[in-house]
Amino acid sequence: MTSVIETKDLNLWYGKHHALMDINIDIPEKQITALIGPSGCGKSTFLRTLNRMNDLIEDVKIDGKVLLKGEDINSMDVNVLRSRVGMVFQKANPFPMSVYDNIAYGPRILGIHKKKELDKIVETSLKQAAIWDECKGRLRTSALGMSGGQQQRLCIARTLAVKPEVLLLDESTSALDPVSTSKIEDLLLELKKKYTIIMVTHNMQQAARIADKTAFFLLGELIEYDDTEKIFSHPSDRRTEDYITGRFG
Amino acid sequence: MDTTATIKKQKGIENFFHTMFLIFGLFSIAFVLFITIFLVISGVPAITKIGFFKFIFGTKWASTASNPSFGILPFILTSVYGTCGALLVSVPVGIFCAAYLAKMAPGPVAAVVREAVDLLAGIPSVVYGLFGMIIIVPGVRKLFNLPDGANLFSATVVLAIMVLPSIISESETALRAVPKEYEEGSLALGATYTETIFKVTLPAARSGVLTSVILGTGRAIGEAMAVMMVAGNVANMPGIFRSVRFLTTAVASEMSYSSGLQRQALFSIALVLFFFIILINVVLRKLTSKGEVK
Repeated sequence: MTSVIETKDLNLWYGKHHALMDINIDIPEKQITALIGPSGCGKSTFLRTLNRMNDLIEDVKIDGKVLLKGEDINSMDVNVLRSRVGMVFQKANPFPMSVYDNIAYGPRILGIHKKKELDKIVETSLKQAAIWDECKGRLRTSALGMSGGQQQRLCIARTLAVKPEVLLLDESTSALDPVSTSKIEDLLLELKKKYTIIMVTHNMQQAARIADKTAFFLLGELIEYDDTEKIFSHPSDRRTEDYITGRFG
Repeated sequence: MDTTATIKKQKGIENFFHTMFLIFGLFSIAFVLFITIFLVISGVPAITKIGFFKFIFGTKWASTASNPSFGILPFILTSVYGTCGALLVSVPVGIFCAAYLAKMAPGPVAAVVREAVDLLAGIPSVVYGLFGMIIIVPGVRKLFNLPDGANLFSATVVLAIMVLPSIISESETALRAVPKEYEEGSLALGATYTETIFKVTLPAARSGVLTSVILGTGRAIGEAMAVMMVAGNVANMPGIFRSVRFLTTAVASEMSYSSGLQRQALFSIALVLFFFIILINVVLRKLTSKGEVK
């Protein structure tokens, strides 16, 4: 199996706090990889390292390598990297503009301005995110009028519109009701046919349901990384077992 | 028995203060009403005597001539041109400065600049006038090789500097209020920081930024002292290097020695000015209420 993202001895400090320690991981292509672990274990920090969103935070020091298809992400243009590695956040964050403009935002940034082309991208992206039927009649109205679940799928569509290779989801269903959550899970299972998905989740059932691979983080260390089935049935590390059986966290 | 007496006493105090607050509240309304009525009563007679169109669209103001003429179009146009000219400079400068302060400047730098902006806002207009007289007027004269530097251009420069602080601080507040999530969303799509500010942050802060512009407009059109010191004060039709009079300065410069119809006409000018201010307030109200609805 080819890996899309590879990290080599990745270390990260917030000031003096050592938030990630020697992370070595190979993330396979067109699979869903779940990152689990208690709050503050570094899983979100790790996710945000992959598209260099941590660059925005002052006083962050990163050591080691992150390779995207063999290429060091630190020697890439950060804006190109972010269009190749898209991100969906915990809280749905559609821009205060119309549905159409939200989706067209990324392509426009990339220099696509022809209406026909944009129309097509908007339609395919919304279809891919399984939200086309709900909003095709209201493309020109504000995205802020949609429900939370719809907004989150819109954000996924917006990310897909720039044709990324990898999709990062940072607890993207944690603020949603079960119905919206299951819609997004179905969507992710559909999307993994074309995209590599890495998701941070607090919901272990969610990881067990949809992830192919699961990585367990604890206090900045990658404790265990394996097939989801194995992690949840025969974890090799005691701490993983304690966590997934609910003994802490 | 005792407690009921206390409660009764407390109620009495409560009612007393309630009434006091009401009275003071009514004071401000009373003043607005009073000023409006005063302006209408004292401003309308001259307009009817001179004739509305002759007054508003007359291009010649010669209030003390033996055959006087009371056309205030020069003042209206000067005020409009001066204000627009000032905004032309201070809106882009102010918004860029606000964006820098709110989104880019490192903490200590932002703190210093913000302090300076607040100070700039607090400087009395006569000081701006002095600064204009000593620095800008001679500067303009030399730069453009004119016989006199006191003209519309100098006044516009002074106004531009004066409205800058209100535009900067209001816009900055609006830009700061834009949720970080919007910007992160844009950056995560591969937009640069500059693209993010122009395409997401500024549009999201639109209503607050517009409010700042309107407030600046109000300040510019109502300014008298500083403008009087640098505009030359001749009732010419406006030209960029002509000595001009604004609506405000027209009233201020003649009031002390005016009499009869001339004096009444000055009140009418004040009424026109008042009308402009109301117009600006209405626009402001419209814009801010639109921002709330979303």
